[in-house]
Amino acid sequence: MENLKEFNVDGTVYTTELTKKFENRKPWVRPNPKHINSFIPGTIVEILVKEGQEVKEGENLMILEAMKMKNQIKMPFDGKIAKIYVAEGEKVPNRLLMMEIE
Amino acid sequence: MSLKRNILDLRKRKEKVLQGGGEKAIQKQVAMGKLTARERVTSILDEDSFHEYDMFVEHEARDFGMEKKELHGDGVIIGTGTIYGEPVCVFAQDFTVAGGSLGLMHARKITKIMDHALKMRVPLIGINDSGGARIQEGVNSLAGYGEIFFRNTLASGVIPQLSIILGPCAGGAVYSPALTDFVFVVENISKMFITGPEVIKTVLGEEITMEELGGAKVHSEITGNAHFYALSEYECFEQIKKLLTFIPWNNTKKAKAFPPKPPRPEYKIEEIVPSDPTQPYDIRNVIKSIVDDSDFFESMENFARNIVIGFGRMNGETVGFVANQPLVLAGVLDCDSSDKAARFIRYCDSFNIPIVTLEDMPGYLPGVDQEHMGVIRHGAKILYAYSEATVPKITVIVRKAYGGGYIAMNSRHMKADFMFAWPNAEIAVMGPDGAANIIFKKEIMAAADPEAMRKEKVAEYREKFANPYVAAAKGYIDTVIEPQETRNMLLHSIEVSSNKVDSRPAKKHGIPPF
Repeated sequence: MENLKEFNVDGTVYTTELTKKFENRKPWVRPNPKHINSFIPGTIVEILVKEGQEVKEGENLMILEAMKMKNQIKMPFDGKIAKIYVAEGEKVPNRLLMMEIE
Repeated sequence: MSLKRNILDLRKRKEKVLQGGGEKAIQKQVAMGKLTARERVTSILDEDSFHEYDMFVEHEARDFGMEKKELHGDGVIIGTGTIYGEPVCVFAQDFTVAGGSLGLMHARKITKIMDHALKMRVPLIGINDSGGARIQEGVNSLAGYGEIFFRNTLASGVIPQLSIILGPCAGGAVYSPALTDFVFVVENISKMFITGPEVIKTVLGEEITMEELGGAKVHSEITGNAHFYALSEYECFEQIKKLLTFIPWNNTKKAKAFPPKPPRPEYKIEEIVPSDPTQPYDIRNVIKSIVDDSDFFESMENFARNIVIGFGRMNGETVGFVANQPLVLAGVLDCDSSDKAARFIRYCDSFNIPIVTLEDMPGYLPGVDQEHMGVIRHGAKILYAYSEATVPKITVIVRKAYGGGYIAMNSRHMKADFMFAWPNAEIAVMGPDGAANIIFKKEIMAAADPEAMRKEKVAEYREKFANPYVAAAKGYIDTVIEPQETRNMLLHSIEVSSNKVDSRPAKKHGIPPF
């Protein structure tokens, strides 16, 4: 028995080993509607907006190419582009914050 | 005279085929730390028992210059032999011949031996070492895979199917092992994945090595695709042979009985389990203190370690064990451990192996990731598997049996044949701490010293419910036993269950929560 840790199940604290899978699990965070995250790893082919620009719901923000598909990333609601974190040609992993809107 | 010449000609032809892909290719295979396909087959089977068929099969590709190539045996060896004197069917892909790539005739050889195994009701052992589909043969090679998968499914639950991954096994090829009962992998040699590192890099930009993506460790620890992990091919062959001592040759037979042996004296059952339900111990020691010669053969040892599955013998007869492991994650049920246990239960039920369940678990693993990964659907598999199983089913509640876990772990309500509990067992809807916080919430909040009140109420709940007698009073537990009585009670209950007849409604098949 090594690496014994405290582990709470329904209010009772047990002494036990934890698994790598359990320790590496991603904590859940409530999605922020103002964050545009990548939904698949791929390449940013084109960015169609600029910081500070007013954009209407449904307009294209950028093209994210993945699995040979050019995915259009659209504006979820009327608003303004607050910050762009990626550049054209950049390879992005999954769930990366690409843009902030307001 | 001419017969003699013909015999010499036959010998010459055979010799040629036996060279496989030739000296150079064999050297390459050896340099990778691998045995050749024929060495593998003869190492697994009884000495001189292997008989090969379809040696003279030729491939059918007529495009891309393939018509000029000679591929001995079309890259796969098939045949019959014996293990412990009992018949088995074998195929082994030969990586030295065109990378063991699967073309139409290669697949036909495999399906031929599969059909044979199913008809003769003997185990099928498949050794996978192949670069994948033979691209030059186009859709024919896809057809070949499909025919193999179909037969894997037909044979499932009728004959034991063992897949030994001794090289690459990529793309569609992975689904044959995935459909079989037991998958064996070897460190540095086995590689299984649907899409390889190169494709992943080009398409997704993620960089990973073959070993990190689908090596032996990955499949025995993370994915749960492999059941047995070995450091060398020879260790792997020993595991195969050991497994075969525990399982019957087909679903109408019982596993071979061995001379009974008592457990080894160093495993003292009454000294293993701490009475404090929050303290860990290794449940495998409890199993070893029960089974013949303390010989427990564990499957999926490194995957979902919070549940333990495997085979042992009781009075010489094979028994399947399913046991919560308090040493890891306090023995909770979660998605992975449910999958692991459910499939094993169905294996035992298909092959007439009684199931002994040792229970010590605090409930299901809490967490958003578990809920979102579908712990409801996965957890349901255990309920389904136990409910469906009609082999003798015996449960011993060693310590905790809380909540949904109590129901799932082969309770009376899942139609366990015998339910035993140790005197320190706690059978309740939840642990005393959680339960007291809910039932006595008002009293605790209103008290001058809430913490003292809470402690008092936890103690009150524990006294009242955290014992085996409430369940025993309802007949949910058949008897409360002392730990040292466990082996004898199990031996007796297995013995009296030996003619068990139980059935479920006739149906085409159920719809388990896959």
